[in-house]
Amino acid sequence: MESLVARAGWWLAALLVAVFMFANAQDAPFAVHMAVFALAALAGLVLSLRNTDYKLAAAGKKPAADQGRYDDDLIRAGVILTTFWGCVGFLVGLYIALQLAFPALNLGFEYTTFGRLRPLHTSAVIFAFGGTALIATSFYIVQRTCRARLALPGVAKFVFWGYQLFIVLAATGYVLGVSQGKEYAEPEWYVDLWLTIVWVAYLAVFVGTIMKRKEPHIYVANWFFLSFILTVAMLHLVNNVNLPVSLFGSLSYPLWAGVQGALVQWWYGHNAVGFFLTAGFLAMMYYFVPKQAERPIFSYRLSIVHFWALIFLYIWAGPHHLHYTALPDWAQTLGMVFSIMLWMPSWGGMINGLMTLNGAWDKVRTDPIIRMMVMSIAFYGMSTFEGPMMSIKSVNSLSHYTDWTIGHVHSGALGWNGMITFSAIYFLVPRLWGRERMYSQRMINWHFWLATIGIVFYAASMWVAGITQGLMWREYGADNYLVNSFAETVAALHPMYLARAFGGILYLSGALIMAYNVWMTVAGKLRQELPMRQAEYNPDADRPLVATPAE
Amino acid sequence: MNGHSTYETLRHFADSWGLAALVVTFLALSAWPFRPGARKANEEAANMIFAEDSLGGDDNGE
Repeated sequence: MESLVARAGWWLAALLVAVFMFANAQDAPFAVHMAVFALAALAGLVLSLRNTDYKLAAAGKKPAADQGRYDDDLIRAGVILTTFWGCVGFLVGLYIALQLAFPALNLGFEYTTFGRLRPLHTSAVIFAFGGTALIATSFYIVQRTCRARLALPGVAKFVFWGYQLFIVLAATGYVLGVSQGKEYAEPEWYVDLWLTIVWVAYLAVFVGTIMKRKEPHIYVANWFFLSFILTVAMLHLVNNVNLPVSLFGSLSYPLWAGVQGALVQWWYGHNAVGFFLTAGFLAMMYYFVPKQAERPIFSYRLSIVHFWALIFLYIWAGPHHLHYTALPDWAQTLGMVFSIMLWMPSWGGMINGLMTLNGAWDKVRTDPIIRMMVMSIAFYGMSTFEGPMMSIKSVNSLSHYTDWTIGHVHSGALGWNGMITFSAIYFLVPRLWGRERMYSQRMINWHFWLATIGIVFYAASMWVAGITQGLMWREYGADNYLVNSFAETVAALHPMYLARAFGGILYLSGALIMAYNVWMTVAGKLRQELPMRQAEYNPDADRPLVATPAE
Repeated sequence: MNGHSTYETLRHFADSWGLAALVVTFLALSAWPFRPGARKANEEAANMIFAEDSLGGDDNGE
């Protein structure tokens, strides 16, 4: 009973603080955000009072969770929200791609300009789609590989829903014009503080579950998840050392200025790619690919070398975002050299994932989930080849600030992160809802082809656009003046922007098919369809030839 | 000590002892799974994700 009163008291205190901040707000977006905080605290208060078993509480007991079952409620919510955020993020991405081709789509409102919708898109796909997928799959995998129920169930709920609140605050902030102006770290100081609390709680749940494991080994996927959680905590804290102008306003200024600030930002930015989008998703690969292929990882030793090499190299690669800037030359070269060394662990990991299918390659033909996983690992390999190449200074002088970078990011994000997440969703949904299989295997196949062809359109058009842009920007005439004006380069890219948007339509359509497939599977439906594999079999003909005596 | 010399000191440390310490740590950690007798532990760890399957249930309907 005391714990119930204490819990309700905490929610009430949070509600009062939020209302106080709301009442004193110095700018409108801050007021909106404090109202969102207040509503969240109110929801927490009402839910915690309504969901309490008062008979049990009056007897001074706590409801005991069945330790013989995995705690999957949050994972089910996570799978649904991942699907939802994916569709939202891809839709916004398509919209801003069309804005680049047709500027009229900015609509003349400040809220719908490219500058505000672009961080909405990047955060929706990275942090909402990717982040929710990471939290859900990490809770699923850590329980299965530790053979133990999730530790600290109440804290786990706080982590999951607190992270969703972070997403809502970040997304509404961008549209309202609240931004630190740091790529992938746009949310302002109070949202950063909130995420810090959520992230520390996440670490506690994850480590707590590992500590109560029933298995002697900590499976390698958990190493990757743990490095993702720890490193993101460190990056987030250092890159967001900001001083708010007022405790009741949304504006803040960073501690570091100039090139120091730029280096801290890209140390953060590149490791967000390295530890959020790579290490975390590699953890998914190291669990779901062996499970779906029904054979252990090709080389467990290689997976450990992959892990340490990635950890030791990635953290130094950030300066390659600052080639030819005020950053000291040695630091630029260091960033480049470490990026190139990253080829080895990246390709080691790719080979490890692909070779897991050694002896089961027929599954690529018969199992659309395996097909998706193979494509995702292939894109991991391709984008981790392209990235180091682009970090070479002479290549970077052509590629930097052009659409080639955008194409590179999307072959990694759509190909590697997107595809491995889709295959994880297809793996999880039948298991989490106790269904025989997904509603439709053939729709997975459709999703696979729509997504793959969509990425091909995206990446190919951005290569052409980026190289065109880079060459036009650096073209000098005989008079030593630049040949092209900026507007001329924009006009030259228009067809490529249309091709990119077409790729986006295909990719989004695939995701919508997945959403329908997930919906129908959760509803308990099973589509009547021809199986994916059709090797001929005639039972009547399947018998030995017996000589029949002549009559 | 002024700001410049702090920078120089840290930079020299980074490309000498700091670098050496990181390389040695990395090599030791990478060599660890190759130590004699690690094969069995690695195999157990790689296969433990299938332990639950032997208890029945849990397949993808294929």
